[in-house]
Amino acid sequence: MKRVPAPAEQQPGSFAFTAENLEVAKGHIAKYPPRRQASAVMPLLDLAQRQHDNWLPRAAMDAIAEILEMPRIRVYEVATFYTMYNLAPVGQHFIQVCTTTPCWLRGSDDVISACKSKLGVALGETTADGKFTVIEVECLGACVNAPMMQINDNYYEDLTAESTIAVLEALAKGETPKVGPQSGRHTSEPAGGPTTLREFMGDG
Amino acid sequence: MPTLTIDGQEITVEANTTVLQAAEELGIEIPRFCYHDRLSIAGNCRMCLVEMERAPKPIASCAMPVGEGMVIHTTSPIAEKARKGAMEFLLINHPLDCPICDQGGECDLQDQAVAYGRNDSRFDEMKRAVNDKYLGPLVATTMTRCIMCTRCVRFATEIAGVEELGATYRGEETQISTYIEEALTSELSGNLVDVCPVGALTNQAYAFTARPWELAKTESIDVHDAVGCNIRIDCRGAEVLRVLPRLHEDVNEEWLSDRSRYAVDGLALQRLDQPYVRVDGKLQPAAWETAFAAIKARLDGLGEDRGGKIAAIAGDMADAEAMLALKEMFTALGSPNIDCRQDGAKIGGKHRGGYLFNSSIAGIEDADALLLVGCNPRTEATLVNARIRKRWLAGGFKVGVIGGTSGPGDDLTYKYDYLGAGPETLSEIADGSHAFAKVLADAERPMIILGSGAIARDDGAAVLELARNVAEKNNMISADWNGFNILHRAASRVGGLDLGFLPGDGGRDVAGIVDGAGKGEIDLIWLLGADEIDMAGLGNAFVVYQGHHGDAGAHRADVILPGAAYTEKDATWVNTEGRVQLGRRAAYPPGDAREDWTILRAFSAILEQPLPYDDLQQLRDHMVEAAPSMGEIDDVAPGEMGAFGVAGDVGAEAFVSPIDDYYLANAICRASTVMADCSRLYTDTTTNTGSTGGATGTNG
Repeated sequence: MKRVPAPAEQQPGSFAFTAENLEVAKGHIAKYPPRRQASAVMPLLDLAQRQHDNWLPRAAMDAIAEILEMPRIRVYEVATFYTMYNLAPVGQHFIQVCTTTPCWLRGSDDVISACKSKLGVALGETTADGKFTVIEVECLGACVNAPMMQINDNYYEDLTAESTIAVLEALAKGETPKVGPQSGRHTSEPAGGPTTLREFMGDG
Repeated sequence: MPTLTIDGQEITVEANTTVLQAAEELGIEIPRFCYHDRLSIAGNCRMCLVEMERAPKPIASCAMPVGEGMVIHTTSPIAEKARKGAMEFLLINHPLDCPICDQGGECDLQDQAVAYGRNDSRFDEMKRAVNDKYLGPLVATTMTRCIMCTRCVRFATEIAGVEELGATYRGEETQISTYIEEALTSELSGNLVDVCPVGALTNQAYAFTARPWELAKTESIDVHDAVGCNIRIDCRGAEVLRVLPRLHEDVNEEWLSDRSRYAVDGLALQRLDQPYVRVDGKLQPAAWETAFAAIKARLDGLGEDRGGKIAAIAGDMADAEAMLALKEMFTALGSPNIDCRQDGAKIGGKHRGGYLFNSSIAGIEDADALLLVGCNPRTEATLVNARIRKRWLAGGFKVGVIGGTSGPGDDLTYKYDYLGAGPETLSEIADGSHAFAKVLADAERPMIILGSGAIARDDGAAVLELARNVAEKNNMISADWNGFNILHRAASRVGGLDLGFLPGDGGRDVAGIVDGAGKGEIDLIWLLGADEIDMAGLGNAFVVYQGHHGDAGAHRADVILPGAAYTEKDATWVNTEGRVQLGRRAAYPPGDAREDWTILRAFSAILEQPLPYDDLQQLRDHMVEAAPSMGEIDDVAPGEMGAFGVAGDVGAEAFVSPIDDYYLANAICRASTVMADCSRLYTDTTTNTGSTGGATGTNG
């Protein structure tokens, strides 16, 4: 999906880390040797994105370039390279649906169409109320619980169309749905319950 | 020193040489796009793949260091197949728009596709399209053509010293851009066009003008600053269409500053193409005879002792031949009032070392400490600045700056210590009380560079003396090193000083001439392309302007004699190092304009005091007699040092670089529309953005 920076009218004029985040930033910088502070660019971009409604305005990248004493273009390069940095505003709940082969085989198409019909938006769009953005992404590494989607920092797994809608409804009501598998199984245990070595347990 | 075999030939090269460089030493050419011998190695185009025995895959020869016993095949089936593969990948997304591409005919990709390209494509997906980028008014972009070699990124970062270009996004989406659509803030941006191996970055001012095979190419010398860059002038008919740099390792390497490259449209605008004579307050076109007669009548009216009442000033782009002819004509007229130091610099005289860039431009790379006094090399001599940056990048090089820049925050493209603004800081360094004095004292090959901001002022001679003291106290001058340098910014200056185009006994300098004219003591002034003096202060003096552009001098003139611009005459130029170079005529002067020395020769005949030369060769022979250094073409003889400068009190005012607008520094630039655009853009930072409206240039 093409990532396009927010147009000038959406870009804030300035950005500054909160005092709290500035301390965190200093902690990241301190992990690297002196004069190698540019190595901290990725955690700082992430920190700025978290502070700024889950997207990175240009002002934030410029501020980070200033803090790390590196040319601005080098920060832009990093921020545009990694897809987890959002260059334009996204909804309060940023939904990334995995559609790579395992999830696709297990029904990610249903998850996508559930999101689309429930929210009334196409992929890459944000709902009118600014609450949800849906995009499709490549493998998020939870294939054993396919299909799955990531909403902000949480994984929602073992999805069906119904459970997807239930998650979205809960979020819309301001609740936090149970994170992880929506099928009732515990983490990535076998779908029918644990089986391994069970027969030996009875024998003591 | 490893020995390797390339295509059956054995060669021993320095360790850390790459396979590609070793092959080049043998005269074996390996195709390449991303490799450029003045930039860092990227190794991303894969065009230079060669076969190495006992290696499982072809290797990228540009990035592979040589090893003992390596056996390389550059034309084996494996190497050929690998290159054909690389070429096929490069052509997947490259548009087939050569007929509408400005690079056509001088395109590396086009040339190498002839050797390695397939005549069809196996790729049936959509080609990639990339929005054009805005890099300023000088460089046109068609980013769909980009093959991601990143030469431009490396040039901007390493040579130009402006880290503003980068490779954004990733994979298929990768784009070369500044991300924020701002013009590049570099005086070297035109070189991006040269390093780009395809038509992604092209010359905006030359867009859709000509094909390279239509152009007559003339090797000449640039006169927009005193560096004496070697250039190639491309003409079609009488029109100069573009100027490109020409390789000269000791001067400009292979770069050229934007003013030299892009001001050429000014050569066709505001030209003086026929003589004019002022009649009843208005300049009227006239014949040469009429113009000469008007000057002669004025001269004759001055009587026998006219020598003291006439004066001549040579401008910043006057060639040596014309200055010699003008000097000799004025000597014959009995006038000591001649001066080539339009800016009023307090230099010149018998000690050549006192006005040369003695270390030489290439010598900057041998220095280990530098003190810049009253100059901003970035605008005054961009390629000297590039050389300083090159030295600075190599490490162990401290730079101190006194005045000349706008302050400690001014970006010279390298880090420096801003020591102070005016002469008192230089005094502190001279007496050793300043911290930077220790840096100079500890250095083995320290340099000092004086700009015209330091010497073109009332206390200039005292500043010169002070600087010489700094040089002598810090061992800057020894048998094999001379770290005392004057950085000129006018192409004519060193030539004029070498020829002694200076006030004779009791003669007036530029300030004296202007002052005398204002008071009515000077009655006739001959301006040889001099536009940068105070024209309003010339009072009622009769002004003869001999030059090529209708600038300040021509507006004030009573008689205009149309001369030739630097592209229109065979002329001798001496750069700031004292290097004598020959410029060659690429086109004829427009209309009735003539080469400058011939104008003076013709007028001397009218005065019945003909100059003793009838052709250029006689003039040049005569010039070598007058100044032997003029005969040493492309040679830098060490400048003789001596007790130049005058001990005295220095003022307190800060040193100020005389160039307030790099893009409008001379008459040619001021006539150029491209330079006017640049000036508007770069002096007003609020307009430093643009938009290409989402075009991809090739429309599909």
